[in-house]
Amino acid sequence: MHNNLFLIILGMGIVTYIPRMLPLTVFHRIHLPPFWRGVLRNVPYATLGALIVPGIFLIQDDPVFGILGFVSAVIAAWLGANVMGVVFISVLVLTVYTMVS
Amino acid sequence: MFRDGVKSGVAIAIGYAPVALTFGLLAKSTGLSLMDTTLMSMIVFAGAAQYISLNLLSLGTGPFEIILTTFILNIRHFLMSASLNEKAEHDALWKKALYAFGITDETFSVAAMKEGTISASYMFGLIFISYSSWVVHSAIGHIVGGYLPENVQVSLSVALYAMFVGLLVPAVKTERKALWLAVCSGLMNCALLLWLNVPKGWAIVISTIVSAICIQWIVEKRKETEYAQ
Repeated sequence: MHNNLFLIILGMGIVTYIPRMLPLTVFHRIHLPPFWRGVLRNVPYATLGALIVPGIFLIQDDPVFGILGFVSAVIAAWLGANVMGVVFISVLVLTVYTMVS
Repeated sequence: MFRDGVKSGVAIAIGYAPVALTFGLLAKSTGLSLMDTTLMSMIVFAGAAQYISLNLLSLGTGPFEIILTTFILNIRHFLMSASLNEKAEHDALWKKALYAFGITDETFSVAAMKEGTISASYMFGLIFISYSSWVVHSAIGHIVGGYLPENVQVSLSVALYAMFVGLLVPAVKTERKALWLAVCSGLMNCALLLWLNVPKGWAIVISTIVSAICIQWIVEKRKETEYAQ
């Protein structure tokens, strides 16, 4: 193990903080043209897409696990469950699935 | 407002628990002390980067590579922070600098899907509960290891993904554009990750930027043709 582990952790912390901080503090006064403001407003939906796919289908080696989790989450959310409800239902469905399989 | 933040952070706190417990357990088996494990969760607060750093540490990778890999993996938060800035209230700069520390995939997603603007006190509440869960469960994971039954641990691994789905679906129901953005970006992310072996951090950045720009371009083109008619 590295003796300078603390310095590595500190370095990791600094390079993680800088991209999080710059847009909100240093660049916050920059006024973007409407097109680019639209692009930034699109970012959350695009990010969610990339965070969900393909990750959810690769959690376990068994592909059914991810597909079942995805489908139950989509159905629960579509029927109007709030975020906590969606999490609860898909965890429940997969707990039952892992017990049965 | 702080309370609203805490309330919307509960789902994140629950989702973080198994991920942080596992991190603590892995950190222990990699040879990190309880102190280093807890410090890493306190100072870095980025799940994927912390997992990968354990891997690199066990392989004996040098400090420079570990820090560079962390940077590449977390550069996506730049984009998230820029997007949040569009709906952030004009709070004191030090407050924004403080809550910027707590921007993760999860806190960003919840804040970005919130209606209206976001204030510093909302962000403090959201981050307070998420961060506490992350740090405390990392330490517990190191101390006790896997105390959850195996099958519960396995099924909890879906929690954060289910949360992302729960955040996205209501937006998709009201706005067709949200669906196209998510589908386009998800498919591109698949191609980049699985086909071209692009590192995870870059794959998310590239698919997000390309989809956000393309779909915006299409939307504006459509508007132009509508006006022209």
